[in-house]
Amino acid sequence: MIVEVVVKMLFIVLVMMGLFLPLITWVERKQAAIMQDRIGANRADIAGIRAIGLLHPAADVLKLLTKEDVVPRGANRVLHLLAPVISIVPAIVTLAVIPFGGRYRFGDTTLNLVVADIDWGMLYVLAVGSIATYGAVIAGWASNNNWSLLGSMRASSQMISYEVTMGLSIVGLFMVYGTLRLPEMAAAQDHTFRLLGFLELFGWVERLPGWLDWLRLPAWGIFLQPLGFILFLTCIMAENKRPPFDAPEGESEIIAGYHMEYSGMRFGLFYTAEFLEVPVIGALVATLFFGGWAIPWLSQETLVAGVTPAFGAGFATGLCLLLHVVSFLVKVVALVWLQMLIRWTLPRMRYDQVMDLCWKAILPLSLANVFVTGGLILLVERLR
Amino acid sequence: MSAAAVFFYAFAALAVAGGLGMVLNVRNTVAGAMSLVLTMVALGGVYVLLEAYLVGVLQILVYAGAIVVLFLFVVMLLNLRGEAFGPERQGFAKVLGVAVVAVLLAEFVWLLPGAFGAPATPPEGFGGYRAVGLALFTDWLLAFEVTSLLLLAAMVGAVVLAKRSIE
Repeated sequence: MIVEVVVKMLFIVLVMMGLFLPLITWVERKQAAIMQDRIGANRADIAGIRAIGLLHPAADVLKLLTKEDVVPRGANRVLHLLAPVISIVPAIVTLAVIPFGGRYRFGDTTLNLVVADIDWGMLYVLAVGSIATYGAVIAGWASNNNWSLLGSMRASSQMISYEVTMGLSIVGLFMVYGTLRLPEMAAAQDHTFRLLGFLELFGWVERLPGWLDWLRLPAWGIFLQPLGFILFLTCIMAENKRPPFDAPEGESEIIAGYHMEYSGMRFGLFYTAEFLEVPVIGALVATLFFGGWAIPWLSQETLVAGVTPAFGAGFATGLCLLLHVVSFLVKVVALVWLQMLIRWTLPRMRYDQVMDLCWKAILPLSLANVFVTGGLILLVERLR
Repeated sequence: MSAAAVFFYAFAALAVAGGLGMVLNVRNTVAGAMSLVLTMVALGGVYVLLEAYLVGVLQILVYAGAIVVLFLFVVMLLNLRGEAFGPERQGFAKVLGVAVVAVLLAEFVWLLPGAFGAPATPPEGFGGYRAVGLALFTDWLLAFEVTSLLLLAAMVGAVVLAKRSIE
Protein backbone atom coordinates (compact mmCIF):
# COMPACT_ATOMS: atom_id res chain seq x y z
CA MET A 1 0.00 0.00 0.00
CA ILE A 2 2.66 2.51 1.11
CA VAL A 3 5.01 1.26 -1.61
CA GLU A 4 2.33 1.74 -4.25
CA VAL A 5 1.67 5.33 -3.14
CA VAL A 6 5.39 6.17 -3.08
CA VAL A 7 5.92 4.71 -6.57
CA LYS A 8 2.99 6.71 -7.97
CA MET A 9 4.25 9.86 -6.25
CA LEU A 10 7.75 9.40 -7.61
CA PHE A 11 6.43 8.75 -11.12
CA ILE A 12 4.29 11.88 -11.37
CA VAL A 13 6.81 14.17 -9.62
CA LEU A 14 9.76 12.86 -11.64
CA VAL A 15 7.90 13.18 -14.93
CA MET A 16 6.83 16.73 -14.11
CA MET A 17 10.00 18.03 -12.42
CA GLY A 18 12.63 15.88 -14.04
CA LEU A 19 11.34 15.71 -17.59
CA PHE A 20 8.83 18.48 -18.31
CA LEU A 21 10.39 21.26 -16.23
CA PRO A 22 13.86 21.40 -17.86
CA LEU A 23 12.44 20.73 -21.32
CA ILE A 24 9.86 23.49 -21.00
CA THR A 25 12.46 26.19 -20.35
CA TRP A 26 14.15 25.07 -23.55
CA VAL A 27 10.89 24.77 -25.52
CA GLU A 28 9.82 28.23 -24.41
CA ARG A 29 13.00 29.80 -25.78
CA LYS A 30 12.95 27.81 -28.98
CA GLN A 31 9.26 28.41 -29.63
CA ALA A 32 9.72 32.14 -29.03
CA ALA A 33 12.67 32.08 -31.40
CA ILE A 34 10.75 30.25 -34.14
CA MET A 35 7.74 32.53 -33.80
CA GLN A 36 10.03 35.60 -34.01
CA ASP A 37 12.14 34.15 -36.86
CA ARG A 38 15.30 33.78 -34.77
CA ILE A 39 17.52 30.78 -34.02
CA GLY A 40 17.19 30.87 -30.23
CA ALA A 41 19.38 29.54 -27.45
CA ASN A 42 22.12 27.33 -28.90
CA ARG A 43 25.45 28.47 -27.43
CA ALA A 44 25.87 26.27 -24.32
CA ASP A 45 28.16 23.39 -25.22
CA ILE A 46 30.13 20.52 -23.72
CA ALA A 47 33.31 19.85 -25.75
CA GLY A 48 31.76 21.56 -28.76
CA ILE A 49 28.56 19.53 -28.70
CA ARG A 50 25.64 21.92 -28.65
CA ALA A 51 22.71 19.49 -28.98
CA ILE A 52 20.40 22.19 -30.45
CA GLY A 53 20.50 24.17 -27.20
CA LEU A 54 19.33 21.31 -25.00
CA LEU A 55 22.21 22.00 -22.58
CA HIS A 56 20.80 25.42 -21.71
CA PRO A 57 18.53 24.23 -18.88
CA ALA A 58 21.57 22.66 -17.16
CA ALA A 59 23.60 25.83 -17.73
CA ASP A 60 20.79 27.95 -16.27
CA VAL A 61 20.60 25.85 -13.12
CA LEU A 62 24.40 25.94 -12.66
CA LYS A 63 24.40 29.70 -13.05
CA LEU A 64 21.58 30.18 -10.53
CA LEU A 65 23.21 27.85 -8.00
CA THR A 66 26.59 29.57 -8.12
CA LYS A 67 25.31 33.15 -8.11
CA GLU A 68 25.62 35.26 -4.98
CA ASP A 69 22.50 35.11 -2.83
CA VAL A 70 21.72 38.68 -1.77
CA VAL A 71 19.28 39.59 0.98
CA PRO A 72 18.62 43.34 0.78
CA ARG A 73 19.26 45.58 3.79
CA GLY A 74 16.22 46.01 6.02
CA ALA A 75 14.59 42.87 4.65
CA ASN A 76 12.98 40.31 6.92
CA ARG A 77 15.33 37.35 6.50
CA VAL A 78 12.95 34.56 7.49
CA LEU A 79 10.05 35.73 5.35
CA HIS A 80 12.41 36.59 2.49
CA LEU A 81 13.58 32.97 2.53
CA LEU A 82 10.09 31.55 3.01
CA ALA A 83 8.37 33.33 0.10
CA PRO A 84 9.86 31.33 -2.82
CA VAL A 85 9.15 28.10 -0.95
CA ILE A 86 5.49 29.05 -0.47
CA SER A 87 5.29 29.78 -4.20
CA ILE A 88 6.53 26.40 -5.35
CA VAL A 89 4.88 24.02 -2.88
CA PRO A 90 1.28 24.41 -4.18
CA ALA A 91 2.36 23.54 -7.73
CA ILE A 92 3.95 20.30 -6.49
CA VAL A 93 1.20 19.14 -4.10
CA THR A 94 -1.53 19.75 -6.70
CA LEU A 95 -0.11 16.75 -8.55
CA ALA A 96 -1.34 14.47 -5.74
CA VAL A 97 -4.95 14.45 -6.94
CA ILE A 98 -4.43 14.46 -10.72
CA PRO A 99 -5.00 10.99 -12.23
CA PHE A 100 -2.44 9.96 -14.84
CA GLY A 101 -4.29 6.73 -15.64
CA GLY A 102 -7.52 4.96 -14.86
CA ARG A 103 -8.38 1.91 -12.76
CA TYR A 104 -7.02 -1.45 -13.84
CA ARG A 105 -7.86 -4.91 -12.50
CA PHE A 106 -5.04 -7.45 -12.45
CA GLY A 107 -6.53 -10.64 -11.01
CA ASP A 108 -7.86 -9.53 -7.65
CA THR A 109 -5.73 -6.41 -7.19
CA THR A 110 -6.92 -3.07 -8.51
CA LEU A 111 -4.44 -0.42 -9.57
CA ASN A 112 -5.72 3.14 -9.37
CA LEU A 113 -3.29 5.53 -11.05
CA VAL A 114 -3.69 8.59 -8.85
CA VAL A 115 -1.73 9.36 -5.69
CA ALA A 116 -4.67 10.51 -3.54
CA ASP A 117 -8.14 9.53 -4.71
CA ILE A 118 -10.18 11.93 -2.56
CA ASP A 119 -13.84 12.79 -2.94
CA TRP A 120 -13.24 16.55 -2.88
CA GLY A 121 -10.28 16.52 -5.29
CA MET A 122 -11.17 19.66 -7.20
CA LEU A 123 -11.81 21.62 -3.99
CA TYR A 124 -8.36 20.51 -2.84
CA VAL A 125 -6.84 21.95 -6.03
CA LEU A 126 -8.57 25.29 -5.47
CA ALA A 127 -7.63 25.39 -1.77
CA VAL A 128 -3.97 24.59 -2.42
CA GLY A 129 -3.88 27.13 -5.23
CA SER A 130 -5.17 29.83 -2.90
CA ILE A 131 -2.13 29.36 -0.64
CA ALA A 132 0.20 30.28 -3.54
CA THR A 133 -0.92 33.91 -3.18
CA TYR A 134 1.17 34.22 -0.01
CA GLY A 135 4.37 33.55 -1.93
CA ALA A 136 3.83 36.70 -3.97
CA VAL A 137 2.52 38.81 -1.06
CA ILE A 138 5.31 37.93 1.34
CA ALA A 139 8.05 38.23 -1.29
CA GLY A 140 7.15 41.83 -2.02
CA TRP A 141 6.84 42.88 1.59
CA ALA A 142 9.91 41.05 2.92
CA SER A 143 12.14 42.62 0.23
CA ASN A 144 11.75 46.09 1.76
CA ASN A 145 11.46 47.72 -1.66
CA ASN A 146 8.61 49.89 -2.90
CA TRP A 147 8.49 48.42 -6.39
CA SER A 148 8.48 44.92 -4.93
CA LEU A 149 5.59 45.89 -2.69
CA LEU A 150 3.64 47.35 -5.63
CA GLY A 151 4.33 44.19 -7.60
CA SER A 152 3.09 41.95 -4.83
CA MET A 153 -0.04 44.10 -4.43
CA ARG A 154 -0.80 43.63 -8.10
CA ALA A 155 0.04 39.92 -7.98
CA SER A 156 -2.11 39.21 -4.95
CA SER A 157 -5.14 41.16 -6.12
CA GLN A 158 -4.90 39.50 -9.52
CA MET A 159 -4.59 36.03 -7.97
CA ILE A 160 -7.44 36.50 -5.49
CA SER A 161 -9.75 37.85 -8.21
CA TYR A 162 -9.03 35.04 -10.63
CA GLU A 163 -9.41 32.42 -7.89
CA VAL A 164 -13.03 33.47 -7.49
CA THR A 165 -13.82 33.24 -11.19
CA MET A 166 -11.77 30.06 -11.62
CA GLY A 167 -13.98 28.28 -9.09
CA LEU A 168 -17.16 29.63 -10.70
CA SER A 169 -16.10 28.80 -14.26
CA ILE A 170 -16.01 25.05 -13.57
CA VAL A 171 -19.26 24.82 -11.58
CA GLY A 172 -20.97 23.89 -14.87
CA LEU A 173 -18.49 21.06 -15.29
CA PHE A 174 -19.25 19.76 -11.77
CA MET A 175 -22.94 19.78 -12.68
CA VAL A 176 -22.34 17.82 -15.88
CA TYR A 177 -20.13 15.16 -14.27
CA GLY A 178 -21.94 15.16 -10.91
CA THR A 179 -18.68 14.77 -8.98
CA LEU A 180 -15.63 16.64 -7.72
CA ARG A 181 -13.41 13.54 -7.73
CA LEU A 182 -10.87 13.96 -10.52
CA PRO A 183 -10.49 10.23 -11.41
CA GLU A 184 -14.28 9.97 -11.73
CA MET A 185 -14.32 13.07 -13.92
CA ALA A 186 -11.72 11.53 -16.22
CA ALA A 187 -13.58 8.20 -16.31
CA ALA A 188 -16.84 10.01 -17.17
CA GLN A 189 -15.15 11.25 -20.36
CA ASP A 190 -14.11 7.77 -21.52
CA HIS A 191 -17.04 7.32 -23.94
CA THR A 192 -18.57 9.02 -26.96
CA PHE A 193 -21.88 10.67 -27.79
CA ARG A 194 -23.70 11.04 -31.10
CA LEU A 195 -23.16 14.51 -32.52
CA LEU A 196 -26.74 14.68 -33.85
CA GLY A 197 -28.31 12.80 -30.94
CA PHE A 198 -30.07 15.96 -29.77
CA LEU A 199 -32.32 15.83 -32.87
CA GLU A 200 -33.74 12.55 -31.64
CA LEU A 201 -33.94 13.78 -28.04
CA PHE A 202 -36.00 16.84 -28.92
CA GLY A 203 -38.24 14.76 -31.18
CA TRP A 204 -37.30 16.70 -34.34
CA VAL A 205 -36.39 13.40 -35.99
CA GLU A 206 -38.15 10.14 -35.20
CA ARG A 207 -35.08 7.97 -35.51
CA LEU A 208 -31.63 8.90 -36.79
CA PRO A 209 -30.50 6.76 -39.76
CA GLY A 210 -28.01 4.06 -38.75
CA TRP A 211 -25.27 5.26 -41.11
CA LEU A 212 -25.01 8.47 -39.05
CA ASP A 213 -23.89 6.42 -36.06
CA TRP A 214 -20.19 6.94 -36.81
CA LEU A 215 -20.64 10.70 -36.36
CA ARG A 216 -19.57 10.69 -32.72
CA LEU A 217 -17.54 12.97 -30.47
CA PRO A 218 -15.71 11.91 -27.32
CA ALA A 219 -17.70 13.08 -24.27
CA TRP A 220 -14.92 15.47 -23.27
CA GLY A 221 -15.42 18.52 -21.11
CA ILE A 222 -14.43 20.82 -23.96
CA PHE A 223 -17.42 19.63 -26.03
CA LEU A 224 -19.84 19.60 -23.08
CA GLN A 225 -18.66 22.91 -21.58
CA PRO A 226 -16.95 24.92 -24.36
CA LEU A 227 -17.46 28.27 -22.63
CA GLY A 228 -16.33 26.78 -19.32
CA PHE A 229 -13.12 25.65 -20.99
CA ILE A 230 -12.24 29.09 -22.35
CA LEU A 231 -13.04 30.78 -19.03
CA PHE A 232 -11.14 28.23 -16.95
CA LEU A 233 -8.05 28.33 -19.17
CA THR A 234 -8.02 32.14 -19.01
CA CYS A 235 -8.37 32.13 -15.22
CA ILE A 236 -5.74 29.50 -14.56
CA MET A 237 -3.26 31.18 -16.91
CA ALA A 238 -3.88 34.47 -15.10
CA GLU A 239 -3.23 32.65 -11.80
CA ASN A 240 0.16 31.66 -13.13
CA LYS A 241 0.96 35.34 -13.89
CA ARG A 242 2.69 34.57 -17.18
CA PRO A 243 2.22 36.87 -20.19
CA PRO A 244 -0.26 38.10 -21.37
CA PHE A 245 -1.30 38.35 -17.70
CA ASP A 246 2.08 39.42 -16.31
CA ALA A 247 0.89 42.71 -14.82
CA PRO A 248 2.75 41.98 -11.51
CA GLU A 249 5.97 42.69 -13.39
CA GLY A 250 6.56 45.52 -15.79
CA GLU A 251 9.98 46.74 -16.89
CA SER A 252 8.85 50.30 -17.43
CA GLU A 253 6.60 50.65 -14.36
CA ILE A 254 7.66 48.49 -11.42
CA ILE A 255 10.69 46.66 -12.88
CA ALA A 256 10.53 42.95 -11.98
CA GLY A 257 7.79 43.28 -9.38
CA TYR A 258 7.84 41.12 -6.31
CA HIS A 259 10.87 39.04 -7.27
CA MET A 260 13.12 41.97 -8.03
CA GLU A 261 15.17 41.63 -4.81
CA TYR A 262 15.76 37.93 -5.30
CA SER A 263 18.94 36.48 -6.74
CA GLY A 264 20.55 33.11 -7.15
CA MET A 265 18.52 30.04 -6.40
CA ARG A 266 15.88 31.98 -4.46
CA PHE A 267 14.94 33.67 -7.71
CA GLY A 268 15.39 30.24 -9.28
CA LEU A 269 12.61 28.88 -7.09
CA PHE A 270 10.14 31.53 -8.29
CA TYR A 271 11.19 30.78 -11.84
CA THR A 272 10.80 27.03 -11.22
CA ALA A 273 7.35 27.53 -9.69
CA GLU A 274 6.21 29.52 -12.71
CA PHE A 275 7.51 26.96 -15.18
CA LEU A 276 6.35 23.95 -13.17
CA GLU A 277 2.84 25.35 -13.13
CA VAL A 278 2.72 25.18 -16.93
CA PRO A 279 2.67 21.34 -17.14
CA VAL A 280 0.58 21.15 -13.93
CA ILE A 281 -2.01 23.42 -15.57
CA GLY A 282 -1.75 21.24 -18.66
CA ALA A 283 -2.42 18.10 -16.60
CA LEU A 284 -5.35 19.71 -14.79
CA VAL A 285 -6.96 21.08 -17.97
CA ALA A 286 -6.39 17.72 -19.68
CA THR A 287 -8.17 15.94 -16.83
CA LEU A 288 -11.08 18.36 -16.67
CA PHE A 289 -11.68 19.08 -20.34
CA PHE A 290 -9.77 16.61 -22.51
CA GLY A 291 -10.65 13.26 -20.96
CA GLY A 292 -7.50 12.90 -18.85
CA TRP A 293 -6.05 9.49 -19.72
CA ALA A 294 -8.95 8.51 -22.03
CA ILE A 295 -8.15 7.62 -25.62
CA PRO A 296 -10.68 9.33 -27.93
CA TRP A 297 -13.14 6.98 -29.67
CA LEU A 298 -11.63 3.95 -27.92
CA SER A 299 -13.00 3.29 -24.45
CA GLN A 300 -11.27 1.10 -21.89
CA GLU A 301 -13.87 -1.72 -22.18
CA THR A 302 -13.65 -1.79 -26.00
CA LEU A 303 -9.86 -1.90 -25.91
CA VAL A 304 -9.62 -4.62 -23.24
CA ALA A 305 -12.39 -6.68 -24.85
CA GLY A 306 -10.69 -6.39 -28.25
CA VAL A 307 -7.21 -7.47 -27.16
CA THR A 308 -8.15 -10.11 -24.54
CA PRO A 309 -9.08 -13.00 -26.92
CA ALA A 310 -5.70 -12.91 -28.65
CA PHE A 311 -3.29 -12.17 -25.75
CA GLY A 312 -5.12 -12.75 -22.47
CA ALA A 313 -6.69 -10.39 -19.94
CA GLY A 314 -3.47 -9.49 -18.12
CA PHE A 315 -1.68 -8.34 -21.28
CA ALA A 316 -4.76 -6.46 -22.46
CA THR A 317 -5.06 -4.53 -19.19
CA GLY A 318 -1.33 -3.82 -19.14
CA LEU A 319 -1.44 -2.52 -22.70
CA CYS A 320 -4.44 -0.39 -21.79
CA LEU A 321 -2.56 1.07 -18.80
CA LEU A 322 0.45 1.93 -20.94
CA LEU A 323 -1.63 3.52 -23.72
CA HIS A 324 -3.62 5.54 -21.18
CA VAL A 325 -0.50 6.97 -19.50
CA VAL A 326 0.92 7.83 -22.94
CA SER A 327 -2.38 9.42 -23.96
CA PHE A 328 -2.36 11.52 -20.78
CA LEU A 329 1.22 12.70 -21.37
CA VAL A 330 0.49 13.51 -25.02
CA LYS A 331 -2.42 15.70 -23.92
CA VAL A 332 -0.24 17.45 -21.33
CA VAL A 333 2.39 18.16 -24.01
CA ALA A 334 -0.27 19.53 -26.37
CA LEU A 335 -1.66 21.81 -23.66
CA VAL A 336 1.81 23.03 -22.71
CA TRP A 337 2.32 23.90 -26.37
CA LEU A 338 -1.01 25.74 -26.41
CA GLN A 339 0.00 27.80 -23.36
CA MET A 340 3.33 28.72 -24.98
CA LEU A 341 1.50 29.67 -28.17
CA ILE A 342 -0.83 31.97 -26.22
CA ARG A 343 2.11 33.42 -24.31
CA TRP A 344 3.98 34.44 -27.48
CA THR A 345 0.92 35.47 -29.49
CA LEU A 346 -1.18 37.82 -27.37
CA PRO A 347 0.05 41.29 -26.38
CA ARG A 348 0.60 42.00 -22.69
CA MET A 349 -2.42 43.35 -20.85
CA ARG A 350 -2.33 46.41 -18.65
CA TYR A 351 -3.13 45.88 -14.96
CA ASP A 352 -6.58 47.52 -15.11
CA GLN A 353 -7.40 45.50 -18.24
CA VAL A 354 -6.51 42.27 -16.42
CA MET A 355 -8.85 43.16 -13.55
CA ASP A 356 -11.63 44.36 -15.89
CA LEU A 357 -11.46 41.10 -17.80
CA CYS A 358 -11.87 39.17 -14.56
CA TRP A 359 -14.73 41.06 -12.94
CA LYS A 360 -16.59 42.50 -15.92
CA ALA A 361 -16.32 39.69 -18.45
CA ILE A 362 -15.38 36.35 -16.90
CA LEU A 363 -17.50 36.63 -13.74
CA PRO A 364 -20.84 37.34 -15.50
CA LEU A 365 -20.06 34.81 -18.23
CA SER A 366 -19.32 32.05 -15.69
CA LEU A 367 -22.53 32.83 -13.80
CA ALA A 368 -24.47 32.70 -17.08
CA ASN A 369 -22.73 29.41 -17.87
CA VAL A 370 -23.95 27.93 -14.57
CA PHE A 371 -27.56 28.96 -15.27
CA VAL A 372 -27.59 27.77 -18.89
CA THR A 373 -25.97 24.46 -17.93
CA GLY A 374 -28.49 23.89 -15.14
CA GLY A 375 -31.39 24.65 -17.50
CA LEU A 376 -30.05 22.30 -20.17
CA ILE A 377 -29.51 19.49 -17.65
CA LEU A 378 -33.10 19.85 -16.42
CA LEU A 379 -34.43 19.91 -20.00
CA VAL A 380 -32.47 16.82 -21.07
CA GLU A 381 -33.48 14.88 -17.96
CA ARG A 382 -37.14 15.70 -18.58
CA LEU A 383 -37.03 14.60 -22.22
CA ARG A 384 -35.25 11.29 -21.51
CA MET B 1 -0.49 5.29 18.27
CA SER B 2 -2.65 5.12 15.15
CA ALA B 3 -1.82 7.09 12.01
CA ALA B 4 -4.77 9.39 12.64
CA ALA B 5 -3.47 10.19 16.14
CA VAL B 6 0.00 10.97 14.78
CA PHE B 7 -1.49 13.36 12.22
CA PHE B 8 -3.76 14.90 14.84
CA TYR B 9 -0.87 15.69 17.19
CA ALA B 10 1.21 17.03 14.30
CA PHE B 11 -1.57 19.36 13.13
CA ALA B 12 -2.44 20.34 16.70
CA ALA B 13 1.19 21.23 17.44
CA LEU B 14 1.36 23.31 14.23
CA ALA B 15 -1.87 25.10 15.13
CA VAL B 16 -0.63 25.93 18.61
CA ALA B 17 2.76 27.03 17.25
CA GLY B 18 1.00 29.28 14.75
CA GLY B 19 -1.20 30.74 17.46
CA LEU B 20 1.79 31.46 19.68
CA GLY B 21 3.62 32.96 16.71
CA MET B 22 0.75 35.31 16.08
CA VAL B 23 0.48 36.47 19.66
CA LEU B 24 4.21 36.79 20.30
CA ASN B 25 4.99 38.61 17.02
CA VAL B 26 3.44 41.83 18.27
CA ARG B 27 6.11 44.01 16.70
CA ASN B 28 6.04 42.32 13.30
CA THR B 29 2.43 42.22 12.15
CA VAL B 30 3.17 40.50 8.83
CA ALA B 31 4.92 37.61 10.58
CA GLY B 32 1.94 37.48 12.95
CA ALA B 33 -0.49 37.24 10.03
CA MET B 34 1.61 34.47 8.45
CA SER B 35 1.48 32.57 11.76
CA LEU B 36 -2.29 32.93 11.60
CA VAL B 37 -2.21 31.32 8.15
CA LEU B 38 -0.26 28.40 9.64
CA THR B 39 -2.94 27.98 12.32
CA MET B 40 -5.72 28.09 9.72
CA VAL B 41 -4.07 25.46 7.53
CA ALA B 42 -3.37 23.19 10.52
CA LEU B 43 -6.99 23.55 11.65
CA GLY B 44 -8.05 22.53 8.14
CA GLY B 45 -6.01 19.37 8.60
CA VAL B 46 -7.71 18.68 11.95
CA TYR B 47 -11.15 19.10 10.33
CA VAL B 48 -10.20 16.61 7.61
CA LEU B 49 -9.19 14.12 10.33
CA LEU B 50 -12.65 14.62 11.85
CA GLU B 51 -14.17 13.68 8.44
CA ALA B 52 -15.53 17.23 8.06
CA TYR B 53 -13.97 17.41 4.58
CA LEU B 54 -15.90 20.37 3.25
CA VAL B 55 -15.30 22.45 6.38
CA GLY B 56 -11.60 21.54 6.23
CA VAL B 57 -11.24 22.66 2.62
CA LEU B 58 -13.28 25.81 3.17
CA GLN B 59 -11.11 26.60 6.18
CA ILE B 60 -8.07 26.70 3.89
CA LEU B 61 -9.82 28.18 0.85
CA VAL B 62 -11.69 30.98 2.63
CA TYR B 63 -9.82 31.72 5.85
CA ALA B 64 -6.23 30.94 4.92
CA GLY B 65 -6.56 31.71 1.21
CA ALA B 66 -8.70 34.83 1.17
CA ILE B 67 -9.44 36.49 4.50
CA VAL B 68 -5.90 36.59 5.89
CA VAL B 69 -4.67 37.90 2.52
CA LEU B 70 -6.96 40.88 3.06
CA PHE B 71 -5.53 41.33 6.58
CA LEU B 72 -2.07 41.30 5.02
CA PHE B 73 -3.13 43.92 2.45
CA VAL B 74 -4.11 46.33 5.21
CA VAL B 75 -1.06 45.58 7.35
CA MET B 76 1.33 45.93 4.43
CA LEU B 77 -0.18 49.16 3.13
CA LEU B 78 -0.06 50.75 6.58
CA ASN B 79 3.46 49.30 6.86
CA LEU B 80 3.57 49.30 10.67
CA ARG B 81 6.99 48.32 11.89
CA GLY B 82 8.49 48.16 15.34
CA GLU B 83 8.62 51.71 16.63
CA ALA B 84 5.17 52.60 15.27
CA PHE B 85 3.56 50.78 18.19
CA GLY B 86 5.10 52.83 20.97
CA PRO B 87 5.75 51.52 24.47
CA GLU B 88 3.75 48.55 25.73
CA ARG B 89 0.96 49.63 28.04
CA GLN B 90 -1.76 47.04 27.79
CA GLY B 91 -1.16 45.59 31.25
CA PHE B 92 -4.84 45.20 32.05
CA ALA B 93 -5.61 43.45 28.75
CA LYS B 94 -2.77 41.01 29.41
CA VAL B 95 -4.06 40.13 32.86
CA LEU B 96 -7.56 39.66 31.47
CA GLY B 97 -6.23 37.46 28.63
CA VAL B 98 -4.29 35.23 30.99
CA ALA B 99 -7.36 34.90 33.25
CA VAL B 100 -9.64 33.87 30.35
CA VAL B 101 -7.10 31.31 29.14
CA ALA B 102 -6.75 29.92 32.68
CA VAL B 103 -10.53 29.48 33.02
CA LEU B 104 -10.77 27.77 29.61
CA LEU B 105 -7.83 25.50 30.43
CA ALA B 106 -9.45 24.51 33.74
CA GLU B 107 -12.66 23.63 31.87
CA PHE B 108 -10.73 21.49 29.41
CA VAL B 109 -8.85 19.66 32.13
CA TRP B 110 -11.62 19.03 34.70
CA LEU B 111 -15.01 19.31 33.03
CA LEU B 112 -14.67 18.07 29.45
CA PRO B 113 -13.19 14.54 29.81
CA GLY B 114 -16.06 12.07 30.19
CA ALA B 115 -18.72 14.72 29.64
CA PHE B 116 -19.86 13.36 26.31
CA GLY B 117 -19.51 9.56 26.26
CA ALA B 118 -18.42 7.68 23.15
CA PRO B 119 -18.67 9.52 19.80
CA ALA B 120 -21.50 8.43 17.48
CA THR B 121 -20.58 6.86 14.14
CA PRO B 122 -21.22 9.43 11.41
CA PRO B 123 -23.67 8.45 8.64
CA GLU B 124 -22.43 7.61 5.13
CA GLY B 125 -21.08 10.64 3.27
CA PHE B 126 -21.08 12.79 6.42
CA GLY B 127 -19.29 16.10 6.06
CA GLY B 128 -18.84 15.80 2.30
CA TYR B 129 -19.95 18.47 -0.16
CA ARG B 130 -23.01 16.39 -1.13
CA ALA B 131 -24.41 16.10 2.42
CA VAL B 132 -23.72 19.76 3.20
CA GLY B 133 -25.16 20.93 -0.13
CA LEU B 134 -28.33 18.88 0.32
CA ALA B 135 -28.84 20.20 3.85
CA LEU B 136 -28.23 23.80 2.70
CA PHE B 137 -30.63 23.70 -0.24
CA THR B 138 -33.45 21.71 1.40
CA ASP B 139 -33.75 22.12 5.17
CA TRP B 140 -31.93 25.43 5.50
CA LEU B 141 -32.86 27.11 2.22
CA LEU B 142 -34.44 30.17 3.85
CA ALA B 143 -31.43 30.79 6.11
CA PHE B 144 -29.14 30.34 3.11
CA GLU B 145 -31.04 32.84 0.95
CA VAL B 146 -31.30 35.38 3.76
CA THR B 147 -27.56 35.11 4.35
CA SER B 148 -26.88 35.68 0.66
CA LEU B 149 -29.07 38.82 0.77
CA LEU B 150 -27.09 40.04 3.76
CA LEU B 151 -23.81 39.45 1.93
CA LEU B 152 -25.14 41.24 -1.16
CA ALA B 153 -26.10 44.25 0.94
CA ALA B 154 -22.63 44.29 2.52
CA MET B 155 -21.03 44.06 -0.93
CA VAL B 156 -23.08 46.95 -2.34
CA GLY B 157 -22.27 48.96 0.77
CA ALA B 158 -18.54 48.32 0.33
CA VAL B 159 -18.66 49.41 -3.32
CA VAL B 160 -20.57 52.60 -2.44
CA LEU B 161 -18.09 53.46 0.32
CA ALA B 162 -15.06 52.72 -1.87
CA LYS B 163 -16.24 54.90 -4.77
CA ARG B 164 -15.21 58.52 -4.32
CA SER B 165 -18.03 59.88 -6.44
CA ILE B 166 -21.08 58.23 -7.90
CA GLU B 167 -22.21 59.47 -11.25
